[in-house]
Amino acid sequence: MDAFISTYVWPGLIMVAQSLLLLVALLVFIAYVLLADRKIWAAVQLRRGPNVVGPWGLFQSFADLLKFVFKEPVIPATANKVIFLLAPLVSVTLALATWAVVPLNDGWVIANINVGILYIFAISSLEVYGIIMGGWASNSKYPFLGALRSAAQMVSYEVSIGFVIVTVLLCVGSLNLTDIVNSQRDGVGTMIGLPGSFLDWHWLALFPMFVVFFISALAETNRPPFDLPEAESELVAGFMVEYGSTPYMMFMLGEYAAICLMCALTTILFLGGWLPPVDVWFLNWVPGIVWFVLKACFVFFMFAMVKAFVPRYRYDQLMRLGWKVFLPISLAMVVIVAFVLKLTGWSA
Amino acid sequence: MGLQALFFYLFAFVAVASAFMVIASRNPVYSVLFLILTFFNSAGLFLLTGAEFLAMILLVVYVGAVAVLFLFVVMMLDIDFAELRSGALEYAPVGALIGLILAAELVIVVGGSTFSPEIASNISMPIPPVAQRENTAALGDVLYTHYVYFFQIAGLVLLVAMIGAIVLTLRHKPHIKRQNISQQVARTPETAVEVVKVKPGQGI
Repeated sequence: MDAFISTYVWPGLIMVAQSLLLLVALLVFIAYVLLADRKIWAAVQLRRGPNVVGPWGLFQSFADLLKFVFKEPVIPATANKVIFLLAPLVSVTLALATWAVVPLNDGWVIANINVGILYIFAISSLEVYGIIMGGWASNSKYPFLGALRSAAQMVSYEVSIGFVIVTVLLCVGSLNLTDIVNSQRDGVGTMIGLPGSFLDWHWLALFPMFVVFFISALAETNRPPFDLPEAESELVAGFMVEYGSTPYMMFMLGEYAAICLMCALTTILFLGGWLPPVDVWFLNWVPGIVWFVLKACFVFFMFAMVKAFVPRYRYDQLMRLGWKVFLPISLAMVVIVAFVLKLTGWSA
Repeated sequence: MGLQALFFYLFAFVAVASAFMVIASRNPVYSVLFLILTFFNSAGLFLLTGAEFLAMILLVVYVGAVAVLFLFVVMMLDIDFAELRSGALEYAPVGALIGLILAAELVIVVGGSTFSPEIASNISMPIPPVAQRENTAALGDVLYTHYVYFFQIAGLVLLVAMIGAIVLTLRHKPHIKRQNISQQVARTPETAVEVVKVKPGQGI
């Protein structure tokens, strides 16, 4: 019995506690990311943005949460009720489940699995189901059109994201996310004799892939300018037309959790994760998670700026960009990087 | 061990039950969703045996891409599946025969090593122990190092199939306006804008 407790119960309890901690921190972070998104958007358009609830509108997201929760959920009479309610659940569960393998600092990870990056790729490729199921179950025109658009869009951009990940993996030689960050301790900068700095990270060595990944991440998370599944000028709100109150909030939560995940993934793959920008003692003294969050916030700032000043793509342009521009570029880069690594002997 | 067995029975039970629901449910969309559940649980079974790479690839390829297309098609097509299924019992003998052959093959493959353990030593590429080589790397050894030519040939077959599908479906319709992005980007004020001085009251 003691053995049972020491092998299963304690580790299980610790894992539950860690997951709850991460979940709460993530939800609070998402609340402020949402606010930041609206504030940045407002600032670009010379507005003030939400500024009524709390000082500078800091509690706006929580007020929104309460509003959504206390509203009456309306389910259309002709909707398929089970799938209609399952869709937002699927969307939010999958988006939060990916966070289990994200390392926030050296060793700060709930599940340090060997195939971490594949796990993230697999789960984020499933996020399309929340949208398709929601669009179909609503049994109405606009949601269905939005669902079809999103299915095609997310499947297309996953291809180029996959190839970008492959190029990074070629340089790292491991599928483990902690290994990916640690391999960025030395790179272009140390190769030309400089001490460890931000020049070592993958964004410089794989700059084209960094750009492709950033834009594909926008498309994968249905962010503007690729928010065609919910394009309000054409489809009202796309797959979310029939949703209201808590189910709608869960869709939003899932969407923003996915966006935060993409920011974190960009940080891990290209911006050196928790590594300080320059390898000196006072920067090393700052805890790694601070660097991680700062970098993720920076990536999110770029996400928000793109939303603020890039007009929405037309659907055929979106498909052209995915299949005719990003796919050849990323495919060629996989071959080039593999050749360079093999010929120069830099591969791990 | 107890926990693993528990999870094995959980995954196996849900996988078999949802696989049954794939063929039993009346609504084709439900069928596809149950198929996804089956894939998920099979991935769980892969994980239990330590084949983490296969589990993730199963999710990426089958759930993330193939099942999305299934769902896409099933939602788009307005087919009366109840009518299609009305004659399903006529095909039952054929289905049973195929099932029987598959079961026999499984028994041969799995049972062979049980009946004569020396077969396991005859495998040309035995699975290395997990502690020695991660299974992602072990798979890579087999596919890209030892059997790279077969792998290339398989890739060529797929390429030919892909080109065939494109050739069959690609139609060049004349008289359709298409956007040529490079042409648009190459436009300059000289080629695109004409400045006309209009005198007041005269028009152009």
